[in-house]
Amino acid sequence: MNDLWSVSPATLTVILLATAVTYLCRAGGHFVVSFFKPSRRVEKALAALPGCIIVSIVLPIVARTGVVAACAVIAAIVAMALRRSEILALCAGMVVAIGLRTAGF
Amino acid sequence: MSDATPSSANRPTRAGFWHGVALSWVFVPGSFFFGVAIGSLAAQKGLSLAETLLMTGLLYAGSSQFVALEAWQSQWTAIDMAVVIAAVGIVNSRMFLMSAALQPWLRGLPPGYVYSQHFFLTDANYIGAVRYRENGGQDPAVLLGIGVALWINWTLSVIPGYLLGAVVADQKKYAIDLIMPVYFAALGVPLWKSHVQTRSWLVAGATALGFYYFVPGYWYLICGALAGITWAAFEPDVEPAA
Repeated sequence: MNDLWSVSPATLTVILLATAVTYLCRAGGHFVVSFFKPSRRVEKALAALPGCIIVSIVLPIVARTGVVAACAVIAAIVAMALRRSEILALCAGMVVAIGLRTAGF
Repeated sequence: MSDATPSSANRPTRAGFWHGVALSWVFVPGSFFFGVAIGSLAAQKGLSLAETLLMTGLLYAGSSQFVALEAWQSQWTAIDMAVVIAAVGIVNSRMFLMSAALQPWLRGLPPGYVYSQHFFLTDANYIGAVRYRENGGQDPAVLLGIGVALWINWTLSVIPGYLLGAVVADQKKYAIDLIMPVYFAALGVPLWKSHVQTRSWLVAGATALGFYYFVPGYWYLICGALAGITWAAFEPDVEPAA
């Protein structure tokens, strides 16, 4: 069992520096854009960001997890395209996922 | 940056904050069990519970914590530290883009508010807020509401993982590991407007998969996103409907 409450100076240093780097990412984009009027190109790039982030998160998860994730994601997309309800889409995806996992996939 | 009074349209309100808290529920189970896994990994790597809580509460970024713990050392050299911090920076660099994309929404709000709420910026509240705005929402406190609710959930979730480790129920059986990707995929659907999106998403997806298969680590997140938005930047302007 590890000691629960000790904090080593080196570990604290790593955590604080990693936190600082992460905060600079979180706030930095806002900060930089505040100083210039984004060009049309930059505006179009940033407008495309949400979809590109989603694709870049979800596809590698599907690649890693395999057929169950692929079927669940497709079920959710189809449900969302047909009904435009994210709750329904989530349920559709999860029913497929739990069903396939229970079936042993 | 001016300190101008924000127009009432984008003023953060208490109601908006609670709306964000209410919107966060869908992210809670997936994030909780991810936190359990992080807590259990931290215990294996020899961190104390206090160190685990500090890391989780301050970093608040699951994938980057996972990467950091994978490279964790019991004795640190300056090189080891630099490697871990650089890895965290690579995983989290996508937040820079999200922050830039959110800037027009937060323009004119007091810097104290804006730069505090950035502490809570993460994929879930970014994507959740994009969806909220697609539905006509304007209150930027929604971003903070989702972020704070998930921060509490996230910070607490490492405790059972740390103390109980593998004893915690198998999340795969109930597909808890798939809630987040399934929900994100569903939220992506209304963002599709035309083949402009199809093309940039294909570029993002192909790049992300390429990096996922051929480059170790989490480069695929930032490289996929950057490739997709760079493609989008060079799409011809759509003629405004007459």
